[in-house]
Amino acid sequence: MTAQSNQSITATTPDEATRAVLIRSRPAQAGAGTTTWVFCQRALLKLKHGPDQLFDAIGLPIILTLMFTYLLGGALAGSPTAYIQQLTPGILVMTLTFMTVTTGLNLSTDLAKGVSDRFRSMPIWQPGTIIGAMAGDIVRYLVASVVVIGLGLALGFRPAGGVVGVLLSFVVMIVFVYSLTWLWISLGLGLRAPEAMLNISMMILMPLSFLSNIFVNPDTMPGWLEAFVTVNPLTQVVTAVRGLMSDTVTGSQLLWVLVGCVLVTAVFAPLALRKYRTRQ
Amino acid sequence: MTTEPELAIEASGLVKTFGETRAVDGVDLSVRTGSVYGVLGPNGAGKTTTIRLLTTLLQPDSGSARIFGHDLVREAGAIRTKVSLTGQLASVDEDLTARENLYLLSRLQGFSRTAAQERADELLDGFGLADAAARQVKTFSGGMRRRLDIAASIVVSPELLFLDEPTASLDPRSRNQVWEIVRALVEVGTTVLLTTQYLEEADQLADRIAVIEHGKVIAEGTPGELKTSVGSGTLHLRLASADQRADAERVLGRFLEDPAGVRSDPVALSARVPTELSAQAAQERVRQALAELASAGIEVNEFSFGQPSLDEVFLAITGHRPDDGSTNGSDPDKEDVA
Ligand SMILES: Nc1ncnc2c1ncn2[C@@H]1O[C@H](COP(=O)(O)OP(=O)(O)OP(=O)(O)O)[C@@H](O)[C@H]1O
Ligand SMILES: [Mg+2]
Repeated sequence: MTAQSNQSITATTPDEATRAVLIRSRPAQAGAGTTTWVFCQRALLKLKHGPDQLFDAIGLPIILTLMFTYLLGGALAGSPTAYIQQLTPGILVMTLTFMTVTTGLNLSTDLAKGVSDRFRSMPIWQPGTIIGAMAGDIVRYLVASVVVIGLGLALGFRPAGGVVGVLLSFVVMIVFVYSLTWLWISLGLGLRAPEAMLNISMMILMPLSFLSNIFVNPDTMPGWLEAFVTVNPLTQVVTAVRGLMSDTVTGSQLLWVLVGCVLVTAVFAPLALRKYRTRQ
Repeated sequence: MTTEPELAIEASGLVKTFGETRAVDGVDLSVRTGSVYGVLGPNGAGKTTTIRLLTTLLQPDSGSARIFGHDLVREAGAIRTKVSLTGQLASVDEDLTARENLYLLSRLQGFSRTAAQERADELLDGFGLADAAARQVKTFSGGMRRRLDIAASIVVSPELLFLDEPTASLDPRSRNQVWEIVRALVEVGTTVLLTTQYLEEADQLADRIAVIEHGKVIAEGTPGELKTSVGSGTLHLRLASADQRADAERVLGRFLEDPAGVRSDPVALSARVPTELSAQAAQERVRQALAELASAGIEVNEFSFGQPSLDEVFLAITGHRPDDGSTNGSDPDKEDVA
């Protein structure tokens, strides 16, 4: 027998427990600072619940470091110890560069899943959503940097610039990765699927990383390749970071990197924020 | 007399196109403050897009709307302090725990740290989620997720709450819980606009219903008005023997309308409940009919009774089933069901 009566569910009075928690009074609106901090906390909580993402990001540089140092170090720089002086700063820049994609990817996922719809329909300072998430990223970058530099030190990396040089290079890298993040965020906002954003960013970052001065000295390359490697922005950043760590940096090296970062940020940060506000 | 009650939503001629798709194609809505308004329509009708327009997530291509008197485009900020959205996709963070979700949202709504902790726990208790508070949302069942999602929308009870298919894919128990939450919200004065694909749900909750298809409102009225156009339901039954069919039709005819057999099946019969009956009375009438069949010695092997489905409502209003193209070329322009 198929007695499908829809009235079998009897209407009851609203549940007391539910009714008790309904409140109408609204506290004073959260300010820009609080909003940003809340989104920073959100990023940190996500990291706490899913640290594997971070380990994934650190796994590859560890393998690459070991492989290149012992496999090619002798051939490329005379000895593994000599090579690791060059490689550590390069690998570090590469690691952080790849990690920037995650921020764009997370936002893109929030958009796809409808989480952003809630935030965007709330009376909050909207840029806080993005800026807060970026602020939370600093923890990821710190952890990755400590691991990569720690491994380098264990393998014989001895930065002549000392602690100060390393810290300054961290500052430069943070400026760089944040400017790059704005680019991914703009990209993520323009694309429908998070996968598309991931594919495109990999298509950009893979050649940039391998056709750079991270692993191989450009002097040994054919002229046309050397030309590309020299103008590759990643090469510029690696040069500046190596310079700071080995205490040989020049003012113009730093200047170029900073000018580049400021330009990228000036273009993509406003673009991303506008796109976020008006995304259809 | 007192003045007319204020309108929570007043939309006229809203249009939103995505490329070739006219997702929302000239929607007019007026929703009275304090009421529950149901937007009923099949997949792709434009329900979600309408809600995204009204919650300032999308900008209309043309048309205009006022939410509590605020212009949708020019006063989006003011509107966001009054409305809240529970989207079709559960819009809570799956990686975080239930408590973390509610804590962060409470902070965003302006609660201090301690107040936000308290508010989160209060909501978890109120929505029966206290036991699962420390679990990541991705481990939640559909019903729990929905409840959390609604809790997240009423950290501060909004003046106007949008619920996009709040009970899609929930079991009857969870669905009933969601309905109770909606009723409780209405009691404290929240205006609710909900979308659904089920007439029954709109019937249970809504004061007025708009039926939309292809981005257009094709009918608008109270649930009673809508159902009158369709009937309150149909009883289908199968007899043990075709010999008793004539008798069965006679008995059914005393309680229900248009008892008729299905030509291809000599033991199948169906009859409609008179349109003027309430849902409760309709059920009673069906029970009487079945009892009378039994006492007349007519053996029934199988029976089912259903409310008019959305399909039947569509059929009645448009002359075609949802999305089968335009069978009879009827113009799906707005028509008031009366
Ligand atoms: N962002 C978008 N880009 C392109 N087309 C879209 C977009 N959003 C919606 N549409 C299209 O607009 C139409 C209406 O979609 P909408 O999501 O509003 O329907 P719906 O009534 O909510 O359907 P459902 O019951 O499936 O949720 C559909 O044809 C859909 O494919
Ligand atoms: Mg929808």
